[in-house]
Amino acid sequence: MSIFFGNLSLSALPHEWFTIGGTVSMILMGLGVAAFLTYTKRWKWLWTEWLTACDPKKIGIMYILVASVMLFRGALDAAMIWLQQSLSVGASHGYLDAGHFQQIFTAHGDIMVFFVTMGFLFGLINLIVPLQIGARDLAFPFLNSLGFWLYLAGAILINLFFVFGGEFAATGWLSLPPLSELAYSPGVGVDYWVWSLQVSGIGTLIGGINFIVTILKMRAPGMTLLKMPMFTWTSLISMILVVCVFPILTVTITLLWLDRYFGMHFFTSSFGGNPMMYVNLIWMWGHPEVYILILPAFGIYSEVVATFSQKKLFGYVSMVIAALLVAGLAVLVWLHHFFTMGAGADVNAFFGITTMFIAIPTGVQIYNWLSTMYRGKITFSQPMHWFLGYVATFTFGGMAGVLMASPAADYQLHNSLFLVAHFHTMVIGGALFGIFAGITYWFPKVTGFKLNERLGKLAFWFWIVGFFVSFVPLYILGFMGATRRLDHYDASLGWQPLFITAGVGLVIISFGVALQVWQIVMSFISRKQNLDITGDPWNGRTLEWSTPSPPPAYNFAIIPTVTDRDAFWEMKQRINTDTETDKHGYTDIHMPKNTGMGIYLAGFVFIFGFAMVWHIVWLAIVSLIGCVVCIIIRSLDDEVEYTLPAAEVEKMEKLKTGYL
Amino acid sequence: MPEIHHDTTEKVSFGFWVYLMTDLIMFAVLFAAFAVLRGNTFGGPSGAQLFSLPFALTETLILLTSSFTCGLAMVFAHRNDKNKVTALFTITSLLGTAFLAMEFTEFHRLILEGNGPQRSAFLSSFFTLVGTHGLHIAVGLLWIIVLIVKIWKTNLTSANIRRLTCLSLFWHFLDLVWIFIFTIVYLMGTI
Ligand code: HEM
Ligand SMILES: [Cu+2]
Repeated sequence: MSIFFGNLSLSALPHEWFTIGGTVSMILMGLGVAAFLTYTKRWKWLWTEWLTACDPKKIGIMYILVASVMLFRGALDAAMIWLQQSLSVGASHGYLDAGHFQQIFTAHGDIMVFFVTMGFLFGLINLIVPLQIGARDLAFPFLNSLGFWLYLAGAILINLFFVFGGEFAATGWLSLPPLSELAYSPGVGVDYWVWSLQVSGIGTLIGGINFIVTILKMRAPGMTLLKMPMFTWTSLISMILVVCVFPILTVTITLLWLDRYFGMHFFTSSFGGNPMMYVNLIWMWGHPEVYILILPAFGIYSEVVATFSQKKLFGYVSMVIAALLVAGLAVLVWLHHFFTMGAGADVNAFFGITTMFIAIPTGVQIYNWLSTMYRGKITFSQPMHWFLGYVATFTFGGMAGVLMASPAADYQLHNSLFLVAHFHTMVIGGALFGIFAGITYWFPKVTGFKLNERLGKLAFWFWIVGFFVSFVPLYILGFMGATRRLDHYDASLGWQPLFITAGVGLVIISFGVALQVWQIVMSFISRKQNLDITGDPWNGRTLEWSTPSPPPAYNFAIIPTVTDRDAFWEMKQRINTDTETDKHGYTDIHMPKNTGMGIYLAGFVFIFGFAMVWHIVWLAIVSLIGCVVCIIIRSLDDEVEYTLPAAEVEKMEKLKTGYL
Repeated sequence: MPEIHHDTTEKVSFGFWVYLMTDLIMFAVLFAAFAVLRGNTFGGPSGAQLFSLPFALTETLILLTSSFTCGLAMVFAHRNDKNKVTALFTITSLLGTAFLAMEFTEFHRLILEGNGPQRSAFLSSFFTLVGTHGLHIAVGLLWIIVLIVKIWKTNLTSANIRRLTCLSLFWHFLDLVWIFIFTIVYLMGTI
């Protein structure tokens, strides 16, 4: 170990086909973007308009872009897993050795959970929640920017092993000890895992605090809690879960790090350490995390169903109560992930029953949505397609979940492919489809033009067919006794056809993804024909549709006064009484200034993480000092806002109406 | 713009409360880990053999006093008495430093005796729980110094009072956590 480079040496540089491939493709991507920016002279524009922005609408778009890139990475991992599982039978051992195979499924799980689903959700919440509550901004715009940059720093850290080190954690997505302890995982893989998740997790925590304060303190006058749109409600509940459980993740990862770096014994198998404590702690975070992902999707479905049925959401209050119950139960069920630990019949029965209870509020929600559609004027638009796909998959996956909630059954199904199929049904059919519904629904609001319907629906059909072709074989394989994470199995088991079918499903899904990309490209090219001129393309119900598309930086020139639950819908019914402007006139607007501090700070955190992975002590100290200095400078800054004078606002608003 | 400022103050203090709750959950996890591992001494010494109650009690009294001076400082902050505020916060930081020094001495002694955090799971959890609290105190000290300088330069503006309010919340919070540490780690560990 050298003083200057820590454990980093030349042998850490890429020398295997997949690290070289990863490095080269990352370099090419970087060069491509750089060339484009230089050619179009957009570096300065990028910095002033985007990277330093504190506007949640811009930060939301950046979240979604990063999450999309990570979705490709995660899907590529899935393809590699399935290729191996289709090939590696009997005498053949496929194209991967066990070590690499383990790294790939670990990376797949972590990337999909932390960087794809979380990224998309934070993106959508950033874009929509301020608009829905009639706010101009978030409570802490700078912290929002910082949260995004920490998320990106984590995303880079999880990909950095391609360039430095060549190995990721081979420990499964939750890195359970004692396997993840130094004794069994001496390489840098687990350290990358630790720092990537730690950094992005802190970003999430900051985001959670920010949105709780925003939603509770910055709603438009008249919008009481029970007049909030459902998406805002479920985002709020999801963020409350974030602040309740992400601290647990932070501490748990820290304790693992202490074991690894300082020879402590929290989770080691000797010196009195207790590995099962880690399993308990990580699932106390891990199970609620699933609901953090799914709750905002519930909100999206509520908005979509009400809008496209042209009806008030059925059972609004019961919907809120159901979401609260789901969140409450979510923190009481973590033990169902390890019934086989041997905690005894009473403990298992308690956790089995609380788990089954969750089906009740979830069922209530499904019935509410269906009742909303009943006798509605339904438009089967793309978001509705995703919703209906969700109903089909989620009901299916939910029943599988209730089945496993019975400890007796779980002793058979634990760690089988049945479980893998179950949770993919929930995260793909529930969270990911919800995200797609949200993106297609709000796309015109954010960009100003609509997405091509035909291509979108086609993409949906590829996704849903591919999904079932992929995962039904996994349910069956699970019943046949196939455990998860298999890199090889015996030919006599007869599993290969099912694994190959699953692989075919993924090919079908890939067509769906390709169509989605194609859809965005085509819609962009022909955007002139699809402009959303009114700002209200779907005859919407909530306040975001009352703004122009895309909304001005300040969202609302005049903060609306809310009297009803579907605020904008009611406003439209009362139209032609005198408009708000005449009554109040414009006032000065205070806006957050742009700042690069989020990048600097997250940059230091990133360097710190890198230095920790490689034990480069001096660099860790220097970057830590950098962080502290940044925090001090920012926290003492008194000039973080600027004022947009009323006259200026009036001019901008006039311009817009004139343009229309 | 008094209205705007009022608004910011409300958001900041609410946000800071939420942050403190997350910090509380982090400490709760550390307490839970300590409770699980306290008996796992792996043949090494237990709390009863290692801790000195009078020593921990002295630490407690020092920290309690610092909380008192911090609270007093806030009273004068609202009376716009810059000199008293700086003086009291200086005393607070001195008491905090004394507390940290004592904690450092204890850690140093334990490690020299061969009872460092690597000795057993019990000691790992002890060092981590108490050390995390100590780290918070160190951050608080840095924060006090920074704010004293800021106040000297820009007076007790409403923005500065807001910053001091967060700082004092933080300091009282650490005091509260320490009471739990004293009770659960030292008192219940030695009796
Ligand atoms: C694009 C569609 C997806 C496909 C085709 C896919 C496929 C797979 C496969 C084949 C495995 C390994 C199964 C085994 O253990 O043998 C896996 C594991 C996993 N996937 Fe996915 N997945 C997809 C999307 C997602 C999403 C959206 C998430 C999360 C939000 C996710 C989370 C996970 C997790 C947590 C694991 C477990 C990793 C481990 O064993 O440590 N996947 N997936
Ligand atoms: Cu669970």
